[in-house]
Amino acid sequence: MDIRKGKENQSAPAVKVRKYPRTWKWGLLFIMPWLVGFLLLEAYPLVMSLIYSFTDFSILKSGKFVGIQNYVKLFTSDRYFLKSLGITIKYTIISVPCKVAFALFIAMILNMKLKGINFFRTVYYLPSIMGGSVAIAILWRFMFMSDGIINKLLGTLHMPQPNWLGDPDTALATMVLLVVWQFGSSMVLFLGALKNVPTELYEAAAVDGASKPRQFFKITLPMISPIIFFNIMMQTINALQEFTSPSIITNGGPNHGTYLLGLKIYEDAFKNLKMGYASATSWVLFAIVLVITVLMFKTSDAWVFYNDGGLDS
Amino acid sequence: MNKKARSKIIAYIFLIVVGVVMVYPLVWLFFSCFKTNQELFGSLTFLPDHFSMDGFINGWKGSGQFTYGTFYKNTFLQVIPTVLFTVLSTGLVAYGFARFRFPMKKFLFLLMISTMMLPSSVITIPRYVMFNTFGWNDTYMPFWIPALLATYPFFIFMQIQFMRGIPRELDESAYVDGCNPFVTYVRIIFPLMKPAIFSVIIFQFLWRWNDYYNNLIFISSTKKYAISLALKMSIDSTGGVTEWSNVLSMSFLSMIPPTLLFFFAQKYFVEGITAGSVKG
Repeated sequence: MDIRKGKENQSAPAVKVRKYPRTWKWGLLFIMPWLVGFLLLEAYPLVMSLIYSFTDFSILKSGKFVGIQNYVKLFTSDRYFLKSLGITIKYTIISVPCKVAFALFIAMILNMKLKGINFFRTVYYLPSIMGGSVAIAILWRFMFMSDGIINKLLGTLHMPQPNWLGDPDTALATMVLLVVWQFGSSMVLFLGALKNVPTELYEAAAVDGASKPRQFFKITLPMISPIIFFNIMMQTINALQEFTSPSIITNGGPNHGTYLLGLKIYEDAFKNLKMGYASATSWVLFAIVLVITVLMFKTSDAWVFYNDGGLDS
Repeated sequence: MNKKARSKIIAYIFLIVVGVVMVYPLVWLFFSCFKTNQELFGSLTFLPDHFSMDGFINGWKGSGQFTYGTFYKNTFLQVIPTVLFTVLSTGLVAYGFARFRFPMKKFLFLLMISTMMLPSSVITIPRYVMFNTFGWNDTYMPFWIPALLATYPFFIFMQIQFMRGIPRELDESAYVDGCNPFVTYVRIIFPLMKPAIFSVIIFQFLWRWNDYYNNLIFISSTKKYAISLALKMSIDSTGGVTEWSNVLSMSFLSMIPPTLLFFFAQKYFVEGITAGSVKG
């Protein structure tokens, strides 16, 4: 996006050439709340957590420098870290593509010119209203209990009734189902993007004899690729930090099979009071987010099509 | 033409079937609130035998010492100022970025956008330590202050995008009339931002209402629990046997305020986020 819009601000030809319009102080004044917030609540904590990660700091004692010992311990002698990391990555890799693809698919259908689409849009958004709340997680836990409603329904259909929350793989699957079920915000973003694809493009393609699937891959996908990019990025970061589901539905169990990193960091820091150690874990998570972000942006040139200064501006 | 009609019918059937699956858990939850504990586990019927209000009556009692009346009051006390502060601060910051040139603007903008990718678990521990020295833990300051200081880059970004659609001539004519930039924002820009501001209000209200993680970390006394912690307590502390009918009733009840807000404001909401996110 263009952040140099201010150029247009100089409506009359400037008498004296100045680098910034005379309102520049106002600009700085308006962003001041964020700047203070950034320094105090983001930059400073980020630096501090890096410092903590090299100490054995906890809220009870001031902590002494231990070098890279926390990191070494994570990768060599922590019973749960590597397992937790693996499960977190598995959860992310399965849930994000499912959620984004499902959101896009439903958005495509809702974008067909059908009557009553507003009603369906509302219905499909409904589960997302409660997002990562405790209430929804409780509902999920209750539904997927071994004698819960899901298994009773499966029973009447004469289907196998797994002990959903009693097995690590199916427990993780129920958590994936929950997050995919709440695809509403991705869907709304896709709907907006689809509505902005100019219909002339499709008409021209139809005249040239392009089939529907071909139109989808050659027109729709490139035109909405910035929103696909944004959705994948945001959902990945959210999935890597997932906390409510493992905390409420499974408590990290069974057998630490759903012990996602978000839960591990919380328990290490606030239950076991090993804040230095938990900070080191959170920096590993942060490093993963950074690597993914860099990779996404590096590859985005190849698949994200920015229509800057195009039809809507 | 016939082919088109057929594909529409298929689309409808698909939408209805998937829609039923989507809302089934919520409708089922609603009817389960009126079932007794035995009925919840005993039968498969969708509707309760008779509508029992016991789940609501017993559930409302909460921890014994504090009822859900306290927990709702706490939640509103925590969430409403947070939402108001977010609207105030993120709007002004967006105005600063969208309409003014100043030193290091490009760098600061990128910095602001990149904080969207900052995992909260990295900064939570030092924030906890810092708030502890300020004496803010177990108060709602850890919720209010980050909102007042505009640390919600998503909302800033959304409003910048929306502001780009508002013609600059309006600002300029206000300057000509002698308004300073702040008055211009209050009188001209803010009223035109209605759809974007409604989106901020809805999103922020839903997210703060549903927040569990921050409550768990910053709030420790039951007296100050918001609904998320009260619900968490209700599945933990009943000593072995969870009174599911109480828990489900209270869970359902906690979904009503956000759902009402969503229905009330959804017209603006869809307009605001589509206009706000897609341009450019």
